[in-house]
Amino acid sequence: MEEFVLIMRHEDGKKIASPEQMQIWMKQTMDWIGGIAAQNKFSSGTGLLFEDARVVRPNNVVTNGPFGEIKETIGGYIIVKADSIDEAVEFAKGCPVLQGEGNSMEVRRIAKGDGVH
Amino acid sequence: MAFTKDYKSLCTFAGAFRMEKQELIPHLFRTEFRKITAVLCKLFGIQHIEIAEDLASETFLSALETWSFKGIPENPVAWLYLVAKNKAKNYIRHNHLFTEEIAEQIKYSSSDTREVEIDLSDKNITDSQLQMLFAVCHPSISTEAQIGLSLRILCGFGIDEIANAFLTNKETINKRLFRAKEKLRLEKVQIEFPGEAEIDERLGTVLTTLYLLFNEGYYSESRDKVLREDLCLEAMRLTHLLIENEKTNQPIVNALLSLMCFHSSRFKARKNESGEIILYEDQDESLWDRELISKGVYFLHEASQGNRLSKYHLEASIAYWHTIKADTKEKWENILQLFNQLLQIEYSPIAALNRTYALSKANGKVEAIIEAEKLNLVNNQFYFALLGELYTDVDNKIAKQNFQKAFLLAKTNTDKQTMQKKNDSLKPST
Repeated sequence: MEEFVLIMRHEDGKKIASPEQMQIWMKQTMDWIGGIAAQNKFSSGTGLLFEDARVVRPNNVVTNGPFGEIKETIGGYIIVKADSIDEAVEFAKGCPVLQGEGNSMEVRRIAKGDGVH
Repeated sequence: MAFTKDYKSLCTFAGAFRMEKQELIPHLFRTEFRKITAVLCKLFGIQHIEIAEDLASETFLSALETWSFKGIPENPVAWLYLVAKNKAKNYIRHNHLFTEEIAEQIKYSSSDTREVEIDLSDKNITDSQLQMLFAVCHPSISTEAQIGLSLRILCGFGIDEIANAFLTNKETINKRLFRAKEKLRLEKVQIEFPGEAEIDERLGTVLTTLYLLFNEGYYSESRDKVLREDLCLEAMRLTHLLIENEKTNQPIVNALLSLMCFHSSRFKARKNESGEIILYEDQDESLWDRELISKGVYFLHEASQGNRLSKYHLEASIAYWHTIKADTKEKWENILQLFNQLLQIEYSPIAALNRTYALSKANGKVEAIIEAEKLNLVNNQFYFALLGELYTDVDNKIAKQNFQKAFLLAKTNTDKQTMQKKNDSLKPST
């Protein structure tokens, strides 16, 4: 069993959804995570808030928000346990973020810190 | 000291003497044995736990003998305490070796006289029991042994009763308790309140044991209804003991007690007279104990202070929603979200199955069937019972197949009967 991180990428973080829409997405996300946890495959994870975000660049340049010249931004991630990258990909397919056009899920194997991986 | 240590044997004695109040001695045994044992054990140290137990037993033996001839004293509890004190003092006086060993402790507890003081005040009883609870639930001994010791030392249960509750025999329990006491001695576990730095961790172990003790009673297959309820009530009493103390009155403890209150409110409704489980949806709501439900609400409110969300908080909240019988969308949506959170904190097959049931109620059977198939708990009878439930009225043929699988895996007659009934009630779909 290995660990994979599933990263939720939003095409445009500046798009503001209605509170009702947000609530629906929130429920769907919770149900999605709950479904993974019910298979005993959930390790950890969190959402990332868009408010009060900063980007730090070389020479102490700090700007507001992760948005700017790059529109795409990260909305959150979860770490899952899976036997293979394919199983992790199956989990990622269920993420409600994918309902948004242009959004994507990035699936990455987590380094074990054993000096090999 | 080859004395009758068992509650059951003492009861037989009581019967033989045809006491005026046959209920009195068993009752006092249940409430006072543990107090005397805790105070004496605190005084002597954990290595002498058996001496404390024996002295407490002897006290009750004296009561049986004396009360049968002279009648029950005006204040039976005060009588018991006085006799226990005298027996303990006598023992110390006549056992020099023992006295030397515990001399240091005795010096502290007595003032300037050579006489040992045995403090059976309410405060010392409560403190001693609480400290014993922490000693007995020491991380160095197995959880199973912690539960056994708690039942014996802190709840005053007889070996017979413990064996009955665990569906095993007296020898097994005796061996288990013996080994646990050896371990306490070996580890030199102190009977004291844990320090600030370690209290959270030690409290966690204590709560796990109390939680399991409660479940032991709630889910016990034992036919003895009174015993099952007693186990639960004792777990609640010990949890309440923690709430009464300022240092241990933490939100997480209140959450656990709240959970216990909600569950036990359904005692009368969840089993019929022949001990068969009555499923939640078939329960007679009027049998639910409203007072326990409102206590549960109170402790849940107390638990909501602080910012740590424990599994007890989530389980208590789930149990809260179950005290509302009406099948609303809101209820099942809340239960589903609570299970989603619970599973992230701690996975268990039963939580996964219950979550999927809540999913079917909140999001519909189609989605729930897909999610259920992913669980793949092929050795679990409740997995197939759930699938049977979900397929009912969707595809009754598949539903029946699943109820039959659940029937084959069921371990108890009650479970087998329930699955048989479910299966028989379905006509195969055409």
